Amino acid sequence: MSWLKAIFSKLLGLFVDDVGFAVAILGWVILAGLGLPRLGLPGHLPGLVLFVGLLGILMQSTVRRSRK
Amino acid sequence: MLNIDWGHAGPTMLAGFLASLVEFIEALTVVLAVGATRGWKGALGGTALAMLLLLAIVLALGPALVRIPLDVVQLGVGTLLLLFGMRWLRKAILRSAGVIALHDEAKLYREEVAELSRFARATQGWDTVAVATSFKITMVEGIEVVFIIVAMGAAGGGLLLPAAIGATAALVLVIGLGLALHKPVSMIPENALKFAVGVLLSAFGTFWIGEGLGMEWPGEDWSLLILAAGFLAAASVAVSMCRQQKETMR
Repeated sequence: MSWLKAIFSKLLGLFVDDVGFAVAILGWVILAGLGLPRLGLPGHLPGLVLFVGLLGILMQSTVRRSRK
Repeated sequence: MLNIDWGHAGPTMLAGFLASLVEFIEALTVVLAVGATRGWKGALGGTALAMLLLLAIVLALGPALVRIPLDVVQLGVGTLLLLFGMRWLRKAILRSAGVIALHDEAKLYREEVAELSRFARATQGWDTVAVATSFKITMVEGIEVVFIIVAMGAAGGGLLLPAAIGATAALVLVIGLGLALHKPVSMIPENALKFAVGVLLSAFGTFWIGEGLGMEWPGEDWSLLILAAGFLAAASVAVSMCRQQKETMR
């Protein structure tokens, strides 16, 4: 059953490589989903805020990793 | 019948093709090592068995996900695609900047051949080591392809067919390369492929999360291109920043 174990760990590894990075993405998506509608931002702004936050997470995580 | 949105079909097919190409190349390396050291009967038998199981998963999951309300699927699958795409993109950035080592198919092939040569070969019938090794690698790499195809097919609202066509084209290409070369496909720039797939899947994931949350995107479907361009620009800047960071650490 080692192949089953390998597939399970591969399945988890599909989404999580660096735990902090995955948690930051999930946290931002949840925050954007719950918080942005309450702010009443006009038109395309909520989508833009979601997107810019994700870009920030990506850049911060890669630069932080390169310092190690 | 599948209701195909052809405005999304092209990018979906491309993402399915590129992502599957990366995974099939990785699987091919191990299957070739199995074939060369243990014989082709077991190598191809294990691969065929895994392919049938993967096809059954696609046929079971794809239509089942289409029955769930689209906004729920878009939010759930979009989040998974975003996690998946941004993980690939992060890794591709770090590899491009030289922070982590590039994936080396030739080295992987040599290691696999050395490992497989340690076991005695069966004199008759099926070689269980060959079947199990080929089955495992095809399942492990194929499950990523299945996820991408099913996720893109479901979240795009009936895009299973274009995503599957992209994956099938990649499979045909890799089988063709394997038959022609009889050695690992190391001339394809794997990190550049991963970079492109990471950009595309991150853009799709962000777009579908926004759709699932009821957000408006400027230009609607065309905003996918803007999102992809944004991820590409940010990733390129991140590569430069990581390189600089690495230089200053020396």
